[in-house]
Amino acid sequence: MNITLLYFGRPREMLATSGETVEVPDNIGTLADLLAWLRTRGSNWAQELADSRVRCAVNQELSGLSARLNTGDEVAIFSPISGG
Amino acid sequence: MSISIQTADFDLAAELAALRKSSAQTGALVSFVGLVRDFSSDEKIEGIYLEHYPGMCEKALQKIIGEAQQRWHLLDVRIIHRIGQLLPNDQIVLVATASTHRADAFAACEFIIDYLKTAAPFWKREQTAHGTKWLDTKDTDIQRMRRWHNGETV
Repeated sequence: MNITLLYFGRPREMLATSGETVEVPDNIGTLADLLAWLRTRGSNWAQELADSRVRCAVNQELSGLSARLNTGDEVAIFSPISGG
Repeated sequence: MSISIQTADFDLAAELAALRKSSAQTGALVSFVGLVRDFSSDEKIEGIYLEHYPGMCEKALQKIIGEAQQRWHLLDVRIIHRIGQLLPNDQIVLVATASTHRADAFAACEFIIDYLKTAAPFWKREQTAHGTKWLDTKDTDIQRMRRWHNGETV
């Protein structure tokens, strides 16, 4: 499954990346699975992408961790929103 | 209805003049301007940096305006949100509403800014003498947004 990842706010800065396209393993079905998979990249990823720290959007809609993913989805991972 | 996300500053008088002229039925204009404070949790703020999610941000703001239009009679709405590096006292955000009567203009303006704070993808990083910090969504902002939903979860 092919996913476009975007990072904003704190994770963008701490992980030094604003986006990437990834081919995720077949057992990744939800946002929670995707975050768990990304956390295996290293301690910095494990720390920054802790479930309690990040918020997500799938195809530009705010989404909870149980959201199902499909190939071609745009998934954004970010720190809590703080505009205005 | 118009939305701008920009690094440039804005001129409140010019924006209100444009909104005033958009309909001869307008009897009330209400505007909210958010500014950069120079303090936060007892620390002196040297500046803030704002970023946004292009695409989703415009969609989220359109949706907020759409919801306000369902609740109140609105003739026009103007939202400007700045991004990039800002200094204390700089203008961050403008929400202006035009309606035939003030009650709708007041309520819609407050609704839009309350909603924007929790649903539009903007991020603020504060700079103090001790370094930088990405801000969390404020609990008070979440509570203010929930008021509009009579306790429904959003």
